[in-house]
Amino acid sequence: MNVPTMAELAAQGKQPEVLFWVGCAGSFDDRAKKITKAFVKILNKANVEFAVLGTEESCSGDPAKRSGNEFLFQMQAMTNIEVMNAYEVKKVVTACPHCFNTLKNEYPGLGGTYEVLHHTQFLKSLLADGRLTIEGGSYNGKRITFHDPCYLGRANEVYEAPRELIRKLEVELIEMKRCKRNGLCCGAGGAQMFKEPEKGIKDINIERTEDALEVKPNIIATGCPFCNTMMTDGIKNKEKEQEIEVLDIVELIANAQDL
Amino acid sequence: MQYLPNILFALVLIAGIGFFTRNVRKLIRNIKLGRAIDRSDNAARRWKNMAYIALGQSKMVRRPISGILHVVVYLGFIIINIEILEIIIDGLLGTHRIFQPILGDGLYGFLIGTFEVLAFLVFVAVVVFWLRRNTVKVKRFLNKEMKGWPSNDGNNILYFEIVLMTLFVLMNAADTSFQQAGVGNIVSGFVAPLFDGMGADTIHLVERTSWWLHIIGILIFLNYLYYSKHLHILLAFPNTYYGNLNPQGQFDNLESVTNEVKLMLDPNADPYATPAETETAEVPEKFGAEDVTDLNRVQLLNAYTCTECGRCTSVCPANQTGKELSPRAIMMKTRDRLEEVGKNIDKNGEFKPDGKTLLDYISTEELWACTSCNACVEECPVSIDPLSIIMDMRRYQVMEKSAAPQELNMMMTNVENNGAPWQYNQMDRLNWKDEE
Ligand code: SF4
Ligand code: SF4
Repeated sequence: MNVPTMAELAAQGKQPEVLFWVGCAGSFDDRAKKITKAFVKILNKANVEFAVLGTEESCSGDPAKRSGNEFLFQMQAMTNIEVMNAYEVKKVVTACPHCFNTLKNEYPGLGGTYEVLHHTQFLKSLLADGRLTIEGGSYNGKRITFHDPCYLGRANEVYEAPRELIRKLEVELIEMKRCKRNGLCCGAGGAQMFKEPEKGIKDINIERTEDALEVKPNIIATGCPFCNTMMTDGIKNKEKEQEIEVLDIVELIANAQDL
Repeated sequence: MQYLPNILFALVLIAGIGFFTRNVRKLIRNIKLGRAIDRSDNAARRWKNMAYIALGQSKMVRRPISGILHVVVYLGFIIINIEILEIIIDGLLGTHRIFQPILGDGLYGFLIGTFEVLAFLVFVAVVVFWLRRNTVKVKRFLNKEMKGWPSNDGNNILYFEIVLMTLFVLMNAADTSFQQAGVGNIVSGFVAPLFDGMGADTIHLVERTSWWLHIIGILIFLNYLYYSKHLHILLAFPNTYYGNLNPQGQFDNLESVTNEVKLMLDPNADPYATPAETETAEVPEKFGAEDVTDLNRVQLLNAYTCTECGRCTSVCPANQTGKELSPRAIMMKTRDRLEEVGKNIDKNGEFKPDGKTLLDYISTEELWACTSCNACVEECPVSIDPLSIIMDMRRYQVMEKSAAPQELNMMMTNVENNGAPWQYNQMDRLNWKDEE
């Protein structure tokens, strides 16, 4: 797989068009790594000159910040900013809404100002520039519902880019009763991903999975590695994994074109 | 003796407004117990938000039934109160309907007619509200923080409105000369026949009684506000003005931390250097919030503005799945504690430590149940941000008390040591590239 690093490009005196910020889940989590690879396949197909930081990348600090550990967050942020500024990074794309939000909104105050895009926004712009085409392929006519990630949706008001990409797949996009501004969290945000839920009567991902099941989809589309895990677990819990797939939007696009 | 009613009126008015002013000053003093925060930017956008959200009620109508009813009560409340001006002048000067000759029958009749119609609509809306609150089981009115006073408070206001609106129509209906003039008695005209056959003196007595009770009722209502969730009718305006304008996902970066982190990362800094003179003199800043005085002034204003409507709690993923957390309760508890601190100051002249903090009101179980999803923030009709209080309290737990849940401590240790929330080596970060 063609995945150049910033260090390699710098050695050749080159600057990529965009830095792909992979994030911790995208680097280490088995499920999320598939999303990372699908995105890279699309980037390569569209001839985008991108690079990753590779071993120079470190946690954005989001889970530390949402846990209340401002020290650790700022240590992470400043370390990352130092690396990115040294490479004179201008534009960043990431498949993780948490990294997206943190880099876009919280890094500027600490000296790191970049144009930061969620992967769905970036692909949308490729589409608009005619550098990318999306076709339905095997998904033609399928019922797909999109689960809004809190840190993409409410947190940054990005609702349309993911939907626009999904519609291009020539599928039936069906909305859950709580969507967009009213979307229900999957339960992973605010560092909940890394701990057991507090005591209650139900897990949040189950509540959200029930929202999705109500509209009888063939596929639940996600735009966040943590939402993906949460919804996948929810579907397993409901024993629906034979009928319903949980896939990131870039996986849908890559699979449809057999990349 | 002739001036007795005027003097009495002036006294009642001064007392009513006097008490109200005293409460407002207390309110401002309490809010100022919070940390200063600069929200002086973007005045144009802030005015616009205030106009749309507070004046225009743009977020209320997202829930159409309660939203539209609320708009009726709110418009009625504001417009009918124009009439108070006349009542006050009449009361002080001993005149009767002083605006009638000034404005002329046509315009005066139109105004009073409008007030009467609005009074009737408010009456109907309030009855529906009461039924919703007390007979239809609307879930958000039944959460556990709504037991006792908060629930009575909600009803009290409705009773107030019903009584005030009734008195307003009654005082018009029993006003024989007003009825005879036949201008603007659109609603009271239907009530007036009730008095047929009564002596002129009796009718006059009814009119005077209603008039007095109406204005006294309004003054009591004004003073009730301070103790009630109904403060929002005033505070919604500053609250929406000072609301957060950044993307909801953006949390503030603590400046005090930035300085320390910069020092730690600076290879040239001498770690053993003694801090500069000026810094040692200051009390070291506390990280995060332990008590209400560690919160900022906008957060405290938020607490007083909360209408206890529960829209936030009804959309909170944690609350819906049975967790202890309720964003509305976060606001109510913050206000309760702030009131307690305020009373402490009233009594002792300054705050005397009472061995309590906001943490005696808000449990860590509540704090750690939050997913930071911003649903509560998005939903609040008056731009309150419960999440910011939760985060500041988490910061105190973690940075001052090292009291994060065990799993989170492990996660943070991993981030610190290997740059990822899990136990993977940073040097393996790109391994996915070659895996199949
Ligand atoms: S941000 Fe926290 S308190 Fe607010 S709705 Fe989400 S989980 Fe509930
Ligand atoms: S915080 Fe806002 S939404 Fe929640 S109860 Fe108070 S006013 Fe209602």
